[in-house]
Amino acid sequence: MKSLSRIFAILLKEVRQLRRDRLTFGMVVGLPVMQMLLFGYAINTDVRNLKTAVADQANTHLSRQFVTELAQTQVVDIVAGADSPRQLEALLRDGSISIGVFIPHDFDRRIVDRTRAATHLLVDGSDPTILGVANQLRAMPFGFDAGDTGPVAPQVIEVRPYYNPERRTPVNIVPGLMGVILTMTMILFTAVAIVRERERGNLELLINTPVSSAELMIGKVVPYILIGMLQLALILAVGRLLFDVPVRGSIVDLYLAAFAFIAANLALGLFISTAARTQFQAMQMTVFILLPSILLSGFMFPFEGMPLVAQWLGEVLPNTHFIRLTRGIMLRDASIADLYPDVGYLLGFALVAMTGAALRFTKRLD
Amino acid sequence: MNREFAIEARGLTKRFGDLVAVSQLDLDVPRGEIYGFLGPNGSGKSTTIRMLCGLLMPSDGEAVVLDTEVPGDARRLKPRIGYMTQKFSLFGDMTVHENLQFIADIYSYPRRERAARIQELLERYNLRDQQKQLAGTMSGGQKQRLALACAVLHHPELLLLDEPTSAVDPQSRRDFWAALFRLAEAGTTILVSTHYMDEAERCHRLAILDQGVKVADGTPSELQASTGMHVIEVIASDPYHAQVVISEIPEVASVTQLGVRLRVLIPDAHSEPTRTVDAALRSAGLDAQASLSSATLEDVFVAVTLQPGRRAA
Ligand SMILES: Nc1ncnc2c1ncn2[C@@H]1O[C@H](COP(=O)(O)OP(=O)(O)O)[C@@H](O)[C@H]1O
Ligand SMILES: [Mg+2]
Repeated sequence: MKSLSRIFAILLKEVRQLRRDRLTFGMVVGLPVMQMLLFGYAINTDVRNLKTAVADQANTHLSRQFVTELAQTQVVDIVAGADSPRQLEALLRDGSISIGVFIPHDFDRRIVDRTRAATHLLVDGSDPTILGVANQLRAMPFGFDAGDTGPVAPQVIEVRPYYNPERRTPVNIVPGLMGVILTMTMILFTAVAIVRERERGNLELLINTPVSSAELMIGKVVPYILIGMLQLALILAVGRLLFDVPVRGSIVDLYLAAFAFIAANLALGLFISTAARTQFQAMQMTVFILLPSILLSGFMFPFEGMPLVAQWLGEVLPNTHFIRLTRGIMLRDASIADLYPDVGYLLGFALVAMTGAALRFTKRLD
Repeated sequence: MNREFAIEARGLTKRFGDLVAVSQLDLDVPRGEIYGFLGPNGSGKSTTIRMLCGLLMPSDGEAVVLDTEVPGDARRLKPRIGYMTQKFSLFGDMTVHENLQFIADIYSYPRRERAARIQELLERYNLRDQQKQLAGTMSGGQKQRLALACAVLHHPELLLLDEPTSAVDPQSRRDFWAALFRLAEAGTTILVSTHYMDEAERCHRLAILDQGVKVADGTPSELQASTGMHVIEVIASDPYHAQVVISEIPEVASVTQLGVRLRVLIPDAHSEPTRTVDAALRSAGLDAQASLSSATLEDVFVAVTLQPGRRAA
């Protein structure tokens, strides 16, 4: 009873302080919206209009038709002409084009011959996305109407993308982005929570009251769980309205998964807070967690493609499990029961981190 | 086993690395009294208070506070003590009323009496008009009254006040001490640290700390009577030169300038101290009068913190 009253006292205090803290309040709302817009619009892997130059040394009817069809794909945007491969290389190097198309003078013969490549694509390999697109171009079927040249090799493999048939990037990105945004805000909020009170001197007062470490931790975490849920709703709304991202599974399941994930991150933040001496240190440690949460969680790169060690590291991070959950629930219409190992991991993580934080936090100054 | 003392410490020591912040401190604080800690900055006042309420682990020695072993049973002690930190430690981004409410909640103050208690404190500590003001925006004196109100809200038996008046004006200091006397009369034991002599004089009893060592303790009059020094007051038209001349007298332990007056300490063992000083001043051709005076706490402080070599002189 007394314990509840003390938890409530801490909780009320956090809410009151939060309400007056414009910066944090802005972060609650502003950060998710900003990130959604940024990632949703800027990161687009369905690449279009790559700047391209063509050096057509053949300049035959067939080669000109080839260039026209290439332009019609809209993947490339032919911005310049060139005379030689050397010139294409120069354009690539100074960044004015991403793809150079070289058509040798014996293009017509090579099309028929088929033992030698008919065209060369010079590609800016420093950008993996562009390289990927260029590889797609290789499979481009040419429906040449010049009858006697024969059809180009038929497509052997046809890719059918399930769950995202239109191959729209936001549909892939938003479920993962949700995890990244929540990782960032949730860890940061609690990571500075105790350090800030230490810096302001409030801690010396707090630890002299009858409040226990566990009561203090719980009182600090609960308001942020609600804030996390609010952020989730915001992200889903923006995703729905601007990018038409679906939630195919149950929204209740999604919220249950998010609850476990938010609790895990808040507990991790608290743990950081007991280790850091200053708010700046706490923020550094948050970034230290955030980076692998973006890179190793399967958000940026396919999890299965990562080296084994990176996969192990990724497996530890809450975001990895949450992204599996969100992609499952939002895109594949999976239920939370299908994904119980990930939910279980998140809950376990929260419990361990919370206990660790409460144990580490001594009610002393030395 | 209700002991006579609210605080008993034996050999209390705190080391921070090589630095000995508090060294072998023995302390007996009688119940219901105002006990002062007098000492300059860095003398170990805060460190001692923190050890007594269990915030710092002593490197050595032991302390019993309100019959409770510290730091062992500190958790049981918390509801019975009130602590006012040296630095303002309430929540600057909450109002005065919210801060008091928070303290009431955290100490589980009986719910039905909570509102009345807060009103009573707002009234007594003259904070009624500020109750909607954010604590961080208040003046030094107002902050200090709020901190005291929060420290006493739950009726603690023992109050530990760490330099409570260091950031307030003289009128606020007088009001603050009036409030302390009132609390002491109601039976609260108060340990208060200060570096103001006039405040130390108001304590029932005090300990003088210097570089982590307790150099003297007792009631103010006991301390004033037992300096082991004659105190000579010199009024000079040129106090600077007079000070130079007097400090060259081998018997003199210390000379302190207070405006046009000099306070000269000479060990008890020397007879006729006034004449010695007079003679020195006259032979230097200075216009000054020396007369025997009685020790103030300031003199006591100077006497007990003298370098050992100098004291023996
Ligand atoms: N946490 C700490 N770490 C290292 N040194 C400390 C710490 N706290 C206090 N000290 C040192 O201990 C000495 C006593 O400090 P303190 O008790 O604050 O003195 P006072 O309160 O009398 O001004 C000082 O030299 C101070 O620098
Ligand atoms: Mg101090």
